[in-house]
Amino acid sequence: MIARALGVTGLAVSALLPVEIAYAADQLTIVSWGGAFQTNQHKAYFEPFSAATGIKVTEAEWSGETAKIRAMVETKTVSWDVVDGGYGIGAMCAAGIIETIDWKKLGLDPAKFKGRHECGVPTSAAANVIAYDKDRLADGPKTIADLFDLKKFPGKRGLNRSPQVNLEWALIADGVAINDVYKVLGTPEGVDRAFKKLDTIKKDIVWWTTGAQPPQLLADGQVVMSSAWNGRIYDAVKNSGKHFEIVWDTSLLSWDYWMIPKGTPRLDDAYKFIAFASEPQAQANMARLVPYAPGNQDATALVDPETLSNLPSAPDHMKNSLDIDLAFWGDNFDQLDQRFTAWVSK
Amino acid sequence: MATTAVQIPGSSDGVPLRIKLQRVERRRKLRAFALVLPLLLFVFITFVMPIGRMMFDAIHDDTLLVLMPRTTVALSVWDGKDLPDERVYAALAGDLKQAWAQKTAGKIGERMNYELAGTASQVKSSARNASTLSAGPYKAAMIEISPIWGQHEVWSLLKRGRSSYTAFYLLRSVDFQYGSDSQIVASPPENAIFRDIFLRTLGISIGVTAATLLLGFPLAYVLAILPPRTSNLLMMGILMSFFTSVLVRTTAWVVLLQDHGVINETLMTLHILSQPAELIFNRFGTVLAMTHIQLPFTLLPIYSVMKSISPNHVRAARSLGAGPFYAFWKVYFPQTLPGIAAGCLLTFILCLGYYITPALVGGPGDMMVSNFVATYTNEQLNWGMASALGAILLTATLLLYFVFNKLVGVDRIKMG
Repeated sequence: MIARALGVTGLAVSALLPVEIAYAADQLTIVSWGGAFQTNQHKAYFEPFSAATGIKVTEAEWSGETAKIRAMVETKTVSWDVVDGGYGIGAMCAAGIIETIDWKKLGLDPAKFKGRHECGVPTSAAANVIAYDKDRLADGPKTIADLFDLKKFPGKRGLNRSPQVNLEWALIADGVAINDVYKVLGTPEGVDRAFKKLDTIKKDIVWWTTGAQPPQLLADGQVVMSSAWNGRIYDAVKNSGKHFEIVWDTSLLSWDYWMIPKGTPRLDDAYKFIAFASEPQAQANMARLVPYAPGNQDATALVDPETLSNLPSAPDHMKNSLDIDLAFWGDNFDQLDQRFTAWVSK
Repeated sequence: MATTAVQIPGSSDGVPLRIKLQRVERRRKLRAFALVLPLLLFVFITFVMPIGRMMFDAIHDDTLLVLMPRTTVALSVWDGKDLPDERVYAALAGDLKQAWAQKTAGKIGERMNYELAGTASQVKSSARNASTLSAGPYKAAMIEISPIWGQHEVWSLLKRGRSSYTAFYLLRSVDFQYGSDSQIVASPPENAIFRDIFLRTLGISIGVTAATLLLGFPLAYVLAILPPRTSNLLMMGILMSFFTSVLVRTTAWVVLLQDHGVINETLMTLHILSQPAELIFNRFGTVLAMTHIQLPFTLLPIYSVMKSISPNHVRAARSLGAGPFYAFWKVYFPQTLPGIAAGCLLTFILCLGYYITPALVGGPGDMMVSNFVATYTNEQLNWGMASALGAILLTATLLLYFVFNKLVGVDRIKMG
């Protein structure tokens, strides 16, 4: 706790120091998740953007710690200009520490962007899916109900330790129509119903907390099936020669957004970059490198059929899928997470 | 350093020697203080201030007072029974209009959402719609914009916002909350979690402290009585663990203990087990890994105290007819108590703040308080909750220290 307090002070102190001097005028600092994902973003977005506009891109990494952005904005020393972030957008938007997006200034048609948010431009969506190892389970699960079917599929199953996705799936498996999920989850009875459904498999759940864990759990045979992000499973199949299968039924899409921390001195360049990276061609280039659904719907037409077959946005995969409702979670995450944590640790 | 007040008459320059001595003394004290000053400043800026700020943040929250000035003033005459009157609603509309113009509606919503889930988006949309209202009557209009303005508990919440101090965060940290009339009620059982977490943190810390003592005491004894050459070699082995980061050591336990890890595979190959034992992602793994990391912190103070105990004491006891156990228990052991107290106190307090190890090798049932502090600080941006949990943990630690001091007497503790 003391270390944490010190950390926050350190953050504030380092934010107070005039680091800005280090940045030249024509430089844009873009922050993303690091790893292979960011390397591919570099190829698909950052490099072409610099080549086209002459604006140099400095890259940084984060892991979704919204506190970093808050510290920057509140001490008025914003050195991040564009941030690729996911779920935290709801809380940051509510707290007013990221810009509200001006679509006119972007010059883009908001209708082309499916998961749009008032504070962010959708860049890509990973699908939360169920995956299993075909080498161990020849006749694997087909629907989300199979995740909860201990008779048909005995053994442990991996799930993400977060109320998000799990509560939605529990309701769908319990017979709620996929499009009514948030309506039902918005009522106390609906929440009870979801937890009751999760109760039925509680003993057999292995909880994971980072995206690298599900492929590992499957490969080690720790679980018979696991929830996972589709890109990680694709990667294990392509690069590690695993025979993992994805169940696309009831896939839940979590969107990633380009966001602009409030108070950046390079607001115009930030808009320029987001506009550039949201063009269909740039998005199609990215989809070819990482199998996530492009934010701009027009990009889908530009990818080849083989790539498309791996994307969450392939017509076949979209039949029974749902965007995670960020407005709902923005309002209810705090409370549901507390209940979920209490439930998990009892 | 006390100066001796001796008057020597007739010193050469007429200044009494006592005064001269005092001057020298004062100068020396000032010089010593100047040397310590940087450290004092450092401790104050990096330690006392943030902790003070944290304690303050746990009870201070003036979001509503600052961002909804008209409403909070208008509410001061509200009796809290029925819904407020038109005047208050007009103030509300005025505040929301201003919030919309200054883009602070999100902050208001976020603050209210802590206490009433689901209000965040309603406040934001209300502010958007209120900005289009030009004239009253506001009461009906606001309730039509969002039903939350017709809810009694929302108004109770806003009325509590009149004070820049709130007990909300502290209450929630011990599983209480405000009811619809601002009365304090217990959190619903399915949400009550923090009392469990505090007890669990305490329990794990006590368990780990006991385990390090059980393992560390005999080892320290062996180290203290062995000839220096052997004991130095062994001591190197203990100090080696300081050369490796906690993260690496914790991850090593994952490799050893997991279902198909070294230990389980060995036991299964030897047909001692038919299926892997659950050694990790539970309380057992947490306590084991934490004990491993904390062992030197308990052992070293005990060792240094043991080193200073003269072997002649036990020898004398034996020669006076005491058996080996009696001599150890009555003569040797009491002298090691200050070391045991120091080592255990150090380990216990360090354990209370543990974070990485339970997160990596523990299960969901092993999350400790610091884990929640980190989540609230970094991910949920609810710094009030993080501060409240931290403040309670700090207070509990100080309280325990106080009790411990009364029982053992920390002044008696000497590191060798």
